[in-house]
Amino acid sequence: MSATTASGGAPASPKPRQKKKGPGGGVNTLPLLAPSVILLLIWMIVPLAMTLFFAFRRYNLLNPMIHGWAGFRNFEFLLKDPALLHSLVVSVIIVVGVIVITICLGTVLAAIFNQPFRGQGVARVLMISPFFVMPTVSALVWKNLLLDPVSGLFAAMFRMVGLQPVAWFSVFPLGSVMTILCWEWLPYAFLILFTALQSMDEEQLEAARLDGASALDIFFNIQLPHMSRAISVTIMIEMIFLLSVFAEIYVTTGGGPGYATTNLTFLIYQRALLAFNVGGASAAGVIAIILANIVSAFLTRSVAKRLEV
Amino acid sequence: MSYGVAKKGSPIAGTIAWIVALLMFFPIAWMVLASFKTEVQAVQSPPLIIFHPTLINYRDIFAEANYLQFAWNSIAISVGATLLSLIIGVPAAFSMAFYPTHRTRGLLLWMLSTKMLPAVGVLVPIYLLCRDAGLLDSKTALIIINMLSNLPIAIWMLYTFFRDLPKDIIEASRIDGANLRQVLVHVLLPLVMPGIASTGLLGIILCWNEAFWSLNLTAHSAAPLTAFIASFSAPQGLFWAKLSAASVLAIAPILIFGWISQKQLVSGLTFGAVK
Repeated sequence: MSATTASGGAPASPKPRQKKKGPGGGVNTLPLLAPSVILLLIWMIVPLAMTLFFAFRRYNLLNPMIHGWAGFRNFEFLLKDPALLHSLVVSVIIVVGVIVITICLGTVLAAIFNQPFRGQGVARVLMISPFFVMPTVSALVWKNLLLDPVSGLFAAMFRMVGLQPVAWFSVFPLGSVMTILCWEWLPYAFLILFTALQSMDEEQLEAARLDGASALDIFFNIQLPHMSRAISVTIMIEMIFLLSVFAEIYVTTGGGPGYATTNLTFLIYQRALLAFNVGGASAAGVIAIILANIVSAFLTRSVAKRLEV
Repeated sequence: MSYGVAKKGSPIAGTIAWIVALLMFFPIAWMVLASFKTEVQAVQSPPLIIFHPTLINYRDIFAEANYLQFAWNSIAISVGATLLSLIIGVPAAFSMAFYPTHRTRGLLLWMLSTKMLPAVGVLVPIYLLCRDAGLLDSKTALIIINMLSNLPIAIWMLYTFFRDLPKDIIEASRIDGANLRQVLVHVLLPLVMPGIASTGLLGIILCWNEAFWSLNLTAHSAAPLTAFIASFSAPQGLFWAKLSAASVLAIAPILIFGWISQKQLVSGLTFGAVK
């Protein structure tokens, strides 16, 4: 798959006779590495090859009479489908929106939590807790207990101040889903950025303070650049996970109303497992993989280089 | 920070931080509260803050024979997948950290790139493969898939731990006359155990909360807790109190795991870029 080449042309398998450096040279590392490499290769290549194959087939699980080659018809059909373009837009809005919000808020919060205050440890634990909640639970808690237009907490608060309760998931479907996602991912961004701030050299900050730098100066000129690697890694990880958001949509809106919250992942799920259209779903899968490769090429170029190997 | 010199806290930052922290935790606290209400109280509006707590939801959930099965599936899948990924990943990470070659960097980045393959792109073939192998709705399939999708993260995390260990320790013990087995068991194992434990913890957290494959590949017999909770999304049954109790039970162990290991999680979840 092309993600391989994107990551700098890594070898697919280790050469059997490598020159070993380091202590204990001459140790044969092949048996140690081979299981991981072989398993990951299979995991990568087999499903990928099958997806490519099915994408050019006429194949419906419900109707065995439909078979044979489809040429590019699956793709043609898909590209004419307005739902595809729409789902791509939804995917991009979710990924970009949630990343921007969580990184900005996470940076500010990391700076605030970096000040010493009473009960900092406990506050931090509370702060990062949402990250450990399984996605189906967080989605249902928000959907039922908080955002429900009849019995939800927000509805009760709106009524208390004399406002009409809002049916969040019908009026602002995408906004509601993104709220849940931000709640889940802000703790992650915060934790990473906070840890990066904490690793800052105290003496450097002291020196800047002695030179008369203000807190804002220090933040923008010393601390923020120090966090840049943490920020890019956070973007990378969030992108990987947010591109394939599924459970939050599955349990709250089911992709609706209409296609309002159908991202690419959910569209393929609907085409494949609900419509049993293997050919069409595979074609959409190929498109998803191509997009992911574009993203990952960009990521490896800008972020992975910063990883210390 | 903790050199005995009590630093004066900054009251403004502290207040803001506490308000945000409490707001972020609020949905979880609200859910815990709801789990001790009756179904009628749970949907009452305006919501009850003070009420007579009941354990009936928890009793109901345990009375349903199914719940324990879902919980068992979650445990079996996450522990199984994590153990397997450790067994396969530890040797690889060890060899790359202790005997690096000019290919190590490329190999590590390639492993990371398999993580960027969108699950949905291969949903159809995986589904068909599982169907043909009779592995639909089986724990085995989920163990294998979780193991494979977490393997790159496990290897990266282990690698960053192993890389920081003193390398000459093997050489030194060998010169002292220890054989390879002794070196492994008495010298290396105590050193690497903390890293392996944190990696295992992260693996369990990721598997426990995994939803995409769990929802798509299981039905009744192999469904883990994520899928069980999702079944509450059906609009006809308004079992909010019960849903809350089930959710509390489903997230409590992982929440505690997460609190304990937050520090190590950072290095795992950033592929060692932030420590």
